[in-house]
Amino acid sequence: MTDHPGRGPRIDSTGSVPFLLDPKKRAILYQAVVLCLVGLLGYYLMSNTLANLKKQSIATGFGFLDKPASFEIGEAPIPYSAADSYGRALLVGALNTLKIAAVGICVTVFFGTLIGVARLSTNWLVSKLATGYIEVMQNIPVLLQLFFWYAIFYEMLPSPRKALHPFEGIFLCNRGVILAVPHPHPAYRWMLFAFLAGMAVTYLLHRWVKIRQERTGRSFPMVYAAPAIIFGLPLAVWAGFGAPLKMNAPVLTGFNFKGGFTLSPEFIALLLGLVLYTAAFVAEVVRAGIQSVSRGQTEAAMAIGLKPMQVLTVVILPQALRVIIPPLTSQMLNLTKNSSLAVAIGYPDFVSVANTTINQTGQSIEGVALIMVIYLIFSLSTSAFMNWYNKRVALVER
Amino acid sequence: MPIENSLHINPASKERVFPPVTRIGILGWIRKNLFNGVFNSLLSIATLFLLWKSVPPLFRWAFIGSVWDASGAACRQASGACWSVITSNFRFILFGFYPYDLQWRPAIAMSILFVLLFYSRDRRHWTKGLGLAWIGGLAAMALLMMGGVFGLSSVESAKWGGLPLTLLLSVFGLTAAYPLGVLLALGRQSRKMPAVKLLCVLYIELIRGVPLISLLFMASIIFPLFLPEGLTINKILRAQAALILFTAAYIAEIVRGGLQGMSRGQYEAAESLGLNYYLTMRLVILPQALKIVIPPTVSTLIGAFKDTSLVTIISLYDLLKTAQSVLSDPKWMGFSREAYIFIALLYFSGCFSMSSYSRKLEKELSVGR
Repeated sequence: MTDHPGRGPRIDSTGSVPFLLDPKKRAILYQAVVLCLVGLLGYYLMSNTLANLKKQSIATGFGFLDKPASFEIGEAPIPYSAADSYGRALLVGALNTLKIAAVGICVTVFFGTLIGVARLSTNWLVSKLATGYIEVMQNIPVLLQLFFWYAIFYEMLPSPRKALHPFEGIFLCNRGVILAVPHPHPAYRWMLFAFLAGMAVTYLLHRWVKIRQERTGRSFPMVYAAPAIIFGLPLAVWAGFGAPLKMNAPVLTGFNFKGGFTLSPEFIALLLGLVLYTAAFVAEVVRAGIQSVSRGQTEAAMAIGLKPMQVLTVVILPQALRVIIPPLTSQMLNLTKNSSLAVAIGYPDFVSVANTTINQTGQSIEGVALIMVIYLIFSLSTSAFMNWYNKRVALVER
Repeated sequence: MPIENSLHINPASKERVFPPVTRIGILGWIRKNLFNGVFNSLLSIATLFLLWKSVPPLFRWAFIGSVWDASGAACRQASGACWSVITSNFRFILFGFYPYDLQWRPAIAMSILFVLLFYSRDRRHWTKGLGLAWIGGLAAMALLMMGGVFGLSSVESAKWGGLPLTLLLSVFGLTAAYPLGVLLALGRQSRKMPAVKLLCVLYIELIRGVPLISLLFMASIIFPLFLPEGLTINKILRAQAALILFTAAYIAEIVRGGLQGMSRGQYEAAESLGLNYYLTMRLVILPQALKIVIPPTVSTLIGAFKDTSLVTIISLYDLLKTAQSVLSDPKWMGFSREAYIFIALLYFSGCFSMSSYSRKLEKELSVGR
């Protein structure tokens, strides 16, 4: 984009370029005009807003965060009561958002991959069903789907007294799904530690295997070793504690269930809606990723004598994942952002709590700003991770 | 042919030998597509079993036991779906609070839109005349909706609702967001103006990082604070602006992908022809860049169409909200499934026709590449 004589600035007899014909100066002028306009607009809106806030005597600033919230929140992962501050209420909301996002992402990746693979199946019936599923789910607004699942919950399911009881330890009613959970026991805490330790050990083992393979060419059955370590360690701990089996089963007392673990209808409707919708997009991402690896790669890998599992883990997956991961992350982010629709069905996520806060305090600017900042933090940290990942897996070209 | 025939004739018996019945015809197809291997056979049987368990009851619910024209009370006795919730409230769901005896006006406005859309399907019809027809058509639609002239009584926009509102938000949202998105993409790709580039990057990343609902809250609650006293902008327009600003950021990123896909040679060739920036973009770069991003653009537009349903949350009476307010009527309470399925069908037909049209357009445009 360098200037060259053909379209360069006309130079007059004195050798200087007329101001408006010099591209560099013109660019500066344009930018100055744009910045001025943006600045003026900002100033105009700002002054109007301040005048309006003063006139309507709305408080400004984030002082309200310390005041008592005086509203209850249906489900809170940390202890919370109406006497707590707005700040704590918003924290509960943020944790609820994280909860639905984390659970939703795990289930979506699993289910979406299943549908994506099903779509590529040689089985005509399965592949057509998967295609139909993808088409239908992608073309219906997610908000409508949320309403639909929520309606199914409170219209079709019976009251707790007549709760459906499909399996031992599970009750379905319009108050949610009530599950039997293991009775608290110190073993479970140690199982969690064992699980984390197993992950760490697997990671170290994976590094060692990679180095050894590069040095000696000998491979290691990581595919079997990894699950064995990750799941074997907690199981061993559980057995070491005498294999506690006592369950905390839900019991119907009066009009509601006591004991067990309750998943609220709002949570389940939100989860179901987000997962079924996003899984359709994830399925397409996975299909595109698998199809991007040409058949020749499989054939070449088999020709040099790799076993089928090695073909998958050493040749196909690394290439497919390179195509899959970036759009997959953006789908995960979409799921997180769509979880803000929880406000429509009454699940107390961040937006929902912030909305209540806005209604009570009238401080809409601060409330909406908080919503935006929280989601920006999610998005920016995800894209930072993506940049790091892309650099790591990018093809090293010679 | 003769050689092939001779291969199939058994010389001893002089009879034609056909391939085994399990290889051809329906049987062969079933064998090849459903029962090739143990795993696939099990999968097929399991799927067929599930379909056999689920489809007949669903069919009975939706058609055989269903009620199409009855009161809410009579509906509760029926064993199947109560489609009367749609048929009895059809006009409210479609037109919202638009005055009942004036509803022919939005109906005509929508017909104009559908005729224009249908006529524009064929690329051979894309002429200046069609552009004028669109402008005229949009103006006529606005007139019909608003009234106030030619003896049409005026209808305030607070009463607009239902399908016309959804279509209005979509059509204007998409047509305004697209050029804005292209401008933002060009700004982001600008090499000579770092300040403009920075502004565009900030805008795009900020908007793409937040959920649409936060922008809609901003439009509905905060925006009135931005304006000087006495000046108000109606709620539909504010929501429309939020939708446009949101969609434009996503379009910008897609168009940027297209711009990055252009080789340097294209820019250099345009420059060596002596074209300035505007002409380079209009004649050389954009026609190619926009063409290669048609599929992702259409999926963004479909997303924007679906996202118009979010205005329900800020209580605009779009298609979803009118259906919901029917459901909150005690007479029709409890028939959410039927109502939502109906709305889903409307959205599905809109989105599906958009995506199949994009596939067709993509095929047409790729000819000769």
